[in-house]
Amino acid sequence: MDILDILISASFWTAAIRIASPLIFAALGELICERAGVLNLGIEGIMVVGAFAGWLTVYLGGGLWFGVAVAMLSGMAFGLLHATLTVPFGLSQHVVGLGITLLATSLTYYCYRLALPSVTSPPKIEAFQPYEVPFLSDIPLIGEAVFSQTPLTYLAFVLAVVVSITLYRTPLGLAVRAAGENPAAVAAQGLSVTGIRMGAVMVGSGLMAVGGAFLTMSAFNSFFFEMVNGRGWICIALVVFGSWKPGKTLLGAVLFAAFDALQIRVQQTPLGADIPYQIFLMAPYILSILALVIMSRRAQVPAALMVPFNKGER
Amino acid sequence: MTNHKEAQVVLRLDNITKRFGSLTANDAISFDLAQGEVIALLGENGAGKTTLMNILFGHYTADEGRVEVFGQALPPGNPRAALAAGVGMVHQHFTLADNMTVLENIVLGTAPLWKLGFGKAAARRRILALVQDYGLQVDPDAQVGSLTVGERQRVEILKALYRDARILILDEPTAVLTPQETDDLFATMRKAVALGLSVIFISHKLHEVTAISNRVVVLRHGKLVAEARTADTDKHILAQMMVGEEVAPPSVRAANPGDVLIALDQVSTPDRGSAPGLKSVNLNLRAGQIIGLAGVSGNGQAALADLIGGLIAPASGSLRIHDAAPKSWTPRAALAAGIARIPEDRHKTGTIADFDLTENAVLELYTKPPFSTKGWMHWQAARDFTQTVIEGYDVRCPGPDTRIRLLSGGNMQKLILGRVLETTPEVVLANQPVRGLDIGALTYVHEQLLAARDRGAAVLLISEDLDEVTALSDVIHVISEGRLSPGFERGALSTTELGVWMAGHGFEEEGGSHAA
Repeated sequence: MDILDILISASFWTAAIRIASPLIFAALGELICERAGVLNLGIEGIMVVGAFAGWLTVYLGGGLWFGVAVAMLSGMAFGLLHATLTVPFGLSQHVVGLGITLLATSLTYYCYRLALPSVTSPPKIEAFQPYEVPFLSDIPLIGEAVFSQTPLTYLAFVLAVVVSITLYRTPLGLAVRAAGENPAAVAAQGLSVTGIRMGAVMVGSGLMAVGGAFLTMSAFNSFFFEMVNGRGWICIALVVFGSWKPGKTLLGAVLFAAFDALQIRVQQTPLGADIPYQIFLMAPYILSILALVIMSRRAQVPAALMVPFNKGER
Repeated sequence: MTNHKEAQVVLRLDNITKRFGSLTANDAISFDLAQGEVIALLGENGAGKTTLMNILFGHYTADEGRVEVFGQALPPGNPRAALAAGVGMVHQHFTLADNMTVLENIVLGTAPLWKLGFGKAAARRRILALVQDYGLQVDPDAQVGSLTVGERQRVEILKALYRDARILILDEPTAVLTPQETDDLFATMRKAVALGLSVIFISHKLHEVTAISNRVVVLRHGKLVAEARTADTDKHILAQMMVGEEVAPPSVRAANPGDVLIALDQVSTPDRGSAPGLKSVNLNLRAGQIIGLAGVSGNGQAALADLIGGLIAPASGSLRIHDAAPKSWTPRAALAAGIARIPEDRHKTGTIADFDLTENAVLELYTKPPFSTKGWMHWQAARDFTQTVIEGYDVRCPGPDTRIRLLSGGNMQKLILGRVLETTPEVVLANQPVRGLDIGALTYVHEQLLAARDRGAAVLLISEDLDEVTALSDVIHVISEGRLSPGFERGALSTTELGVWMAGHGFEEEGGSHAA
């Protein structure tokens, strides 16, 4: 009965949508990279960079949206590094991606210490505030859950639509999908596979960084170590779960977030008193593994994912 | 520039040279293509046809020379410029994205990338008009992944036509088609020429070349060796120009059969999906004999090949090697019994594409001395062996350290043949040994199989080409629905009589359930 009460409470759904937002940004970013044929394992580190860059900009007096832009640009810079190594040089996407994650994470912590040498507790910033959409926020339950979020959350959902339209309804999206399926088809049409892939990785990395920035600018309002906490890896799984489709990936993100929000609340019920809390912490991950096993059987992997393309090679 | 008395020259190749490492793939090649003309580019595998066309289309950059289209020089290495100039290419390996529709594949790259929407309705109208004009039947909304090979090729041609190609390059288009589909393709080509297009048609099938082309350009070892009007030549002359010497069918000496090396007695194997397994098969492979297996594809040839190669064991019945039953029947046991295989699919099961020639040459031998002892590889011995094979079997390649991916199909097959025959096996399992090979390589492979027979090997020749089976085999068995006919001596049955067996008749007395 307790769990049912939770499921129909507006605060639960508010939390679920909020938790889903950074995942949506980053998963869409990963989806764009993979649709073009590049697995970007730099995602975890790039989220850390975004979280820090956005937060620092605001902390130093910049505007909130300016902070988002800085986060995106810093993510794109790491995307450029990743793309340069994996696309024209054709290096292993696994090795480069993990390398980028390690580099980005360590560099961020280093910069944090440089910027704030003597701070012990992380300073707060004036973050994005919830914006109640006129009229829509008056709808019972849904209004409170969906239409009383921060602007970045709205942006995440709008972005899913934009990515979907771009991929399926524009010549650009066609070229990106073809680059991930059969790069020779792109080259035969006189387009640059290198250009398309590098562009996709940079844009994708920019979105990952915005996902990271959401954490500092719209959720926790400050930056601390380990705050990304594996969300990047979850996004890699979400893309598979979503079968490389933006809509399904968004759905997966909300589902995972709902599990996460649920377990926190169940911990506080009488049930939570009997069961060690670690079990609850584990639950969303176990459920996502199960969901992944079921969903990925039908997933359509881009055929040229992780296959470097070298022009003129036979 | 335009000479109104003669047809306008639409394409001029001038002194094109291209080298891959130490291999010269194209050596100073020049020729012209006139409007409304079909040129057949003829040559053996590895003669440099595809390389030349890839240069023309901008996939490769030529080391020397230039390409002119409608009197304008093409910038090298730029497919976009080639497309804009009206050159359309249908690649041998299709460049289509399986997860997208026909329409999406066709419009890919035709609209500016930053445009919103790609005008589906207009595109569909245009595609349907082209489908009508050129007789290229295909549904614009079908997913490419679900199309047949013939349909995919039509999509490739539509792609070129959609971009207003005036010059069509077809790289071995018929290699993947059934005879009926080939006729359709030729009808499309005639329509295209009637509408003022020009075509370069790459092939090594002589009857197709004589059927469709106006002019023939012959390449050999990267050089242009002959150019002629098709009407002035015939198949025989063309074959000579291609290989550079008189082509004679191998002279078959009388066989000298010896002991039975492998005996199958009432052997059956399980069915595999739609492909039948063997049904109570009796077969003797004798030393010094070529046993040919005739039959329509998918009638149990794969099961028999896998059985002899050790990949599967008999479900019932007995298999005896040198009159003794093997303890366990595995690929390793088959190799130990002196059975060497020329696999059906040289890319999939015969070689490892990114391994070099040396590694591929010892793929089935590396566990034995001199290539390894006590668990250590001896690469010098392997390299020497590879060098022997390269020289002895005329494998054209830069050297033993080349990745095998870079070799043409014929040269790859020669390496496999060499690695099989150099070990003087007792039994040679030759499964489709000349599939996709040109005349020169084909004749060579056949001569080598005959030579193996003459030194006392038992050769099992599996082929879907009845002419090949009848030309080489001392004894012919016909396979149908997994049942094997009795052995017929060379010349005992006419082609028509063999055809009757291939259609599944004559097996009644064997007690088969599929009696017609």
